[in-house]
Amino acid sequence: MADSSAVTHHAPSGDVTKRDLLQLILTAGAAVGVGAIAWPLIDSMNPSKDVLALSSVDVDLAPVVEGQGITIVWQGKPIFVRHRTPAEIKSAQDVALNDLIEPQADSARVKAGHDQWIVLIGICTHLGCVPLGNKPSDPRGEWGGWFCPCHGSQYDTSGRVRHGPAPLNLYLPPYAFESDTKIKVG
Amino acid sequence: MPKLRSLLAGVFAPALVVASLLSVPAMAQEDAMPREKWSFEKLFGTFDLAAAQRGFQIYSGVCSNCHSLKLLHYRDLSGIGLEPEQIKAVAAGFTVPLGTDDQGNPKEGPATPASAFRSPFANDKAARVANNGALPPDLSLIVNAREGGANYVYGILTGYVPAPAAFKMQDGLYYNKMYPGHQIGMPQPLQDGTVEYTDGTGTSLDQEAHDVVTFLSWAANPETVERKQIGVRVVLFLVFMTGLTYAVKRKVWSNVHH
Amino acid sequence: MAGLTKSEFANPVINWIDTRLPIFTMMQKEYGVFPTPKNFNYFWNFGALAMVNLVIMIVTGIFLAMNYQPNTELAFDSVQHIMRDVNYGWLIRYVHQNGASMFFIVTYIHIFRGLYYGSYKAPRELLWMLGVVILLLMMATAFMGYVLPWGQMSYWGATVITNLFSAFPVVGPKIVTLLWGGFSVDNPTLNRFFALHYLMPFVLVGVIFLHVAALHITGSNNPLGIDVKTPQDTLPFHPYYTIKDSVGICVFLIVLSALVFFAPNYLGDPNNFIPANPLVTPADIVPEWYFLPYYAILRSVPNKLLGVCMMFGSLMVLFVLPWLDTSRVRSARFRPVYRPLIFVWVLAVILLGICGAHKPEGVWVILSRVCTVYYYLHFLVILPILGKLERPLPLPESISHPVLGGRGGGPLPGGALAKLMEKA
Repeated sequence: MADSSAVTHHAPSGDVTKRDLLQLILTAGAAVGVGAIAWPLIDSMNPSKDVLALSSVDVDLAPVVEGQGITIVWQGKPIFVRHRTPAEIKSAQDVALNDLIEPQADSARVKAGHDQWIVLIGICTHLGCVPLGNKPSDPRGEWGGWFCPCHGSQYDTSGRVRHGPAPLNLYLPPYAFESDTKIKVG
Repeated sequence: MPKLRSLLAGVFAPALVVASLLSVPAMAQEDAMPREKWSFEKLFGTFDLAAAQRGFQIYSGVCSNCHSLKLLHYRDLSGIGLEPEQIKAVAAGFTVPLGTDDQGNPKEGPATPASAFRSPFANDKAARVANNGALPPDLSLIVNAREGGANYVYGILTGYVPAPAAFKMQDGLYYNKMYPGHQIGMPQPLQDGTVEYTDGTGTSLDQEAHDVVTFLSWAANPETVERKQIGVRVVLFLVFMTGLTYAVKRKVWSNVHH
Repeated sequence: MAGLTKSEFANPVINWIDTRLPIFTMMQKEYGVFPTPKNFNYFWNFGALAMVNLVIMIVTGIFLAMNYQPNTELAFDSVQHIMRDVNYGWLIRYVHQNGASMFFIVTYIHIFRGLYYGSYKAPRELLWMLGVVILLLMMATAFMGYVLPWGQMSYWGATVITNLFSAFPVVGPKIVTLLWGGFSVDNPTLNRFFALHYLMPFVLVGVIFLHVAALHITGSNNPLGIDVKTPQDTLPFHPYYTIKDSVGICVFLIVLSALVFFAPNYLGDPNNFIPANPLVTPADIVPEWYFLPYYAILRSVPNKLLGVCMMFGSLMVLFVLPWLDTSRVRSARFRPVYRPLIFVWVLAVILLGICGAHKPEGVWVILSRVCTVYYYLHFLVILPILGKLERPLPLPESISHPVLGGRGGGPLPGGALAKLMEKA
């Protein structure tokens, strides 16, 4: 219908090529433009400056007696700090690496000279639940570490996964000892 | 239809003249507004970082005794050219509230870059009590929040002159030629030589006021420089796209007989 | 009749979908080959521009809502958090803030186009009335959106505008309490304004859909105001008007960018950088510029109830405009008396806007009263009578043969502007 209007659609072919080229550049330009608009919107969903700058957390270890653990919050996540007994340290160190799902020596998971302190991100590597075991009344699983109630993963006293479905050991947060009884997480 | 044209002109022209005449008195009042040259007000202007840093020194040393800057964090100081180490050092010099301790009591400690600027008073009531009933406004957005912007704030800082003989002052207020009503609760904050600059810049009142207003302008609009830089690119791109689109439009329409 | 129709698209995926849900056929019909008068000038861009603008507002609004806190304690600071800490937050917010102003500029020009070329006349009355509904929804949305940053102007604007309803006898105060959800503008008010501000744009999308659907039934008006008679009068919408609208969109984006990047607070008010304080009213409280004419009408009437009625009436009168204008000629181009008078009316609206920005004292009161009277006079007296008295110029035979009537020299400045816009 409208095609039968006053328009002649048979322009010279050279003209058409020029028009096509222009349209190609235009389409490319529009695509660049849309991308340039999309990026700020998407990036606005990334962590904002205040979240990125979130300060580190100081933890006083003095009140934590042997065999006990505490939970602190860093970046919105639970951080497990446990004061291990000599027996727990020994069991963690004596495991044959071949028995582990993700082989890693205990010495690689604690700071040198502070064997009694294990500091972990308290999030199960399976699907993000918080494992039990940091309170004295909690079940600690067969290996005396942590037990995830969601799907039954078990961790040993070094936070290494010993029983699936979790595929990896509990992650270690960045931290440093400021003194023998004080750490800074972050 | 020249008749109609003149009729229309006859209506529009007087109306515009009347409207412009009416707006003249409004402009005359603003004569007192200083017209300083600000690096950041030019179309592509940026902040004079050295001035902003000197301004921060004045804010810290003088203004911050009464005025908060609640929307700023020490980390933001990278915007006026401070290095991360300098920011850490600056922040550590301030004691700020740090939530509660393990016993649930309020805790204080040295600020970190992530901390908000230290406020001089715990709350507005405390601020009023300490300031003869007047509330020193937060300065985070002061440059945007006043008609006249940077010039107005500069005008206040340099506007302390002796009250005219006939002017009746209330107790506890100070005469300021810039301030609406001329009676301001803030005693003159800056004088010649109030601070000592480490970079050897002179410390006349004008210089000090200029520096601190530069700092406050940055504090109110820290995105200014990035905004203008992106803006130039965006507008150039759009101008290019307009030309291109118009060319394609001409091509597409070339076979239409009007 | 239900059932599958054979689709003619070559691409098998599109064909498969289109056979089952003929959206591609519909798009092709309504935006591809849709027969559109061939003589549009650039005034006909503004509908598409308004649509683009709405999309910009909705998209930026959604991302702002991800970081905004509709709580009196947090709202102001959360906006500043967006401005300072969220990645590109300042950009998104400034686009939203200035996009609102652009939306009104574009829509007001779109409305002027309708007035000048008589687009509201039969058979497009319902199309026009839907447009007025869109304008009202836009105003409500903009008003509630302005409250959200919770600055001084937000707070006092909300207080003053909601108090308009207290003018109505008996139920007035009850309505106001209901709007507030309390005894002053406070947290419940802010919270519900946020909910409604988020909802309204989608209602707008719905009404705009009806607006466009109605447009595609009657077809577009055109600068000559005469009906399309033969296929020679039209062009397929694509590519002719898609590309022409694209030119307009580019220019529109340049203007928006100029505001956003180089004068983002030019149209704003310094008072809104001060957090809301229910105990202190700012010395000079004015609405955003796009409300100033209505505000001037409100203040020009000394009686509270009458003022409110006059203000709302100034919009309501647009609903009946198609029946107030008794002339059967659409385009002002062929109405030698209406043509200058519509500019006088525009002038009255602009003067009302200027009055609205000034304190209601002295000459401003008189001026706003004169303009208010003229505003109503134009619609209620001049238009009905003019249609009967005016002798229109001879109309051209058809769009493709616009010889008979000729264009005629347009009065300045509108004629010149219209000509300029036709040139390209």
